Amino acid sequence: MIFSFDLLINAIVSGILIGAFYAAVTAGVSLSFGILDIVNIAHPAFIILGSYIAYIFNISLGLDPIIVSILATPAFYALGAGIYQIYYVSFEKRGQESLRGLAFFFGLLFITEVLLVLYFGVDYRYVEAPYIGLTWHVGFLDIPLRILVPCVVSLLLIAVLQLLLTRTFVGRAIMAVAQDQLALKLMAVDPIRIKRIAFGVSIATASLAGAFLIIIQPVEPSVGREYIGRVFAICVLGGMGSLPGTVLAAMLVGVVESLTSTFYGPSWAPAVSFGFLLLTLAVRPAGLLGR
Amino acid sequence: MRTDLFFLVCLIVGAAIFAAAFALGNDYYFFAGYVVLQYVVLSTAWNILGGYCGYVNFGSAAFFALGAYSTVAMHKLYPLPIPVLVVIGGIVSGIVGLGMGYLTLRLRGAFFAIATLALAVVLQTFVVNWAFVGGSRGAYIIRPEAIWPLGNYIRYLFLIMMLLAVGAITVARLIERSRLGYGFATIRDDELAAEASGVPTLQLKLIATTISGALMGMAGAPFPYYIGFLQPSSAFGLDYAVNSIAMPLIGGTTSWVGPLIGAVLLGSLQQIATVTISSAVNLLIVGFLLVGFVIVAPNGIIGLVHKYIQHRPVGQVGRRRIEADVTGQVP
Repeated sequence: MIFSFDLLINAIVSGILIGAFYAAVTAGVSLSFGILDIVNIAHPAFIILGSYIAYIFNISLGLDPIIVSILATPAFYALGAGIYQIYYVSFEKRGQESLRGLAFFFGLLFITEVLLVLYFGVDYRYVEAPYIGLTWHVGFLDIPLRILVPCVVSLLLIAVLQLLLTRTFVGRAIMAVAQDQLALKLMAVDPIRIKRIAFGVSIATASLAGAFLIIIQPVEPSVGREYIGRVFAICVLGGMGSLPGTVLAAMLVGVVESLTSTFYGPSWAPAVSFGFLLLTLAVRPAGLLGR
Repeated sequence: MRTDLFFLVCLIVGAAIFAAAFALGNDYYFFAGYVVLQYVVLSTAWNILGGYCGYVNFGSAAFFALGAYSTVAMHKLYPLPIPVLVVIGGIVSGIVGLGMGYLTLRLRGAFFAIATLALAVVLQTFVVNWAFVGGSRGAYIIRPEAIWPLGNYIRYLFLIMMLLAVGAITVARLIERSRLGYGFATIRDDELAAEASGVPTLQLKLIATTISGALMGMAGAPFPYYIGFLQPSSAFGLDYAVNSIAMPLIGGTTSWVGPLIGAVLLGSLQQIATVTISSAVNLLIVGFLLVGFVIVAPNGIIGLVHKYIQHRPVGQVGRRRIEADVTGQVP
């Protein structure tokens, strides 16, 4: 009995750690889908792109994946701003974002995945860093550093984003654009510019999340797909665009997934987050901390 | 044209195509044609929910796979002729479609789309963990060599898929011209207003998810016999989901002609690209065409044709007005 108790505590702790990482993965979607109402289902594909960029520089120059991903954020920001511009001109302006905008992002997801397959193949890739093989033992707890490091940096990332959103002018403007675009216009702020910035930031977080992902597990191009349901489940459960809610929901999903794979086997784990999502959507679409 | 007449014309065209493939004598045409016809059924089915009602279904692959796996399960229990299996696959997928409709009744737009994606993964997980149908290892279905009087078995499968395609197109056209179709169009244009004017939107949505799901399941039912070896990752492949969205959007979503054009064009293009270049590149082509078309030609090939002959797009009055507002022209 004491053995299974250890197992339980270990599963819960690793679920919380993984949950923090899920929060970083979802942060971008919380910004784009939660706040801006842009259904960017291609977000996981950009995360995988971030993983591969971290991989390239790690293998060729031996740089730390997290440092690479921080250096890559401006490029991801530019990519995001560019994609938003296309999205705005082609869909939002014409009022066709619902059906065709979705198809647009679905196409982007598909293109990114196939390009990565063509370029890197479908082999699993992984990175090297000094902390990856190590594990801390605290009593009966095992804490692998390859999960702890991304977890800590994820929480830092969320804290920075939250400060950005609540303390700076641009951040407040982003929150305002979600509520009333016209009012923002009357305050002489260009809502399109604000949305472009917000979407750029949301894609920039994908760079970091990608590095975390490839530190935690080996990556191949289609890994992103199982994150689609997870990120949207967490985003909706967290109350659409609330970052503290996102962290809470991410840890909840992490713990439930971890318990499922510990006690029922890992092949059932993907169903957990999607089941969560279906249930949330059916029962409480406003999420845990509804806005 | 009356529906029964239309059905007859479709049958004659189908028979002509079958006779032509027969005359060519090369069984490869049947193998390639089967895939194209399968996409005709899938994209027509997707369009009933996506094009007519405006509800984007990312889970086409799940319904397709349900049809395929119900065949595998039935095959293990008791061998049945394929037409019966098609009906069973349709019933199973139709029931799941109805269930999905119930589960997602309150969801609109993006939430519905994400829920369908989630459904696909949940179903895939169940199939992976269901040892009876092979689980993640997959299942073999031994296809008979030949069938009397057609010869090679693939010709029989082709014939079944041809009949399904004709049936799906007829159903789509029938819906389009009936009260049901007008009801669907009101949901697409403004669901709230439709509900306020007494359109039973929930009931209509359930009908749409059921018909669409059932047709996809029927398309999937003969698939194990075609492929010979079925595993979850191939039956739930993302390319089915992408293709069944890309084809109607490229062809045009407002009438039955669009998915047909899209499926025939894109399906044949993919078959040619698979043979001449590589199968990864053919998926890339689909992705780029999808993104390119939704940006440049939002109403698909039909929209382009209508623009070219300076006609009013079919059933596009609302959208035209929006365009006119943007460009400042009076329609």
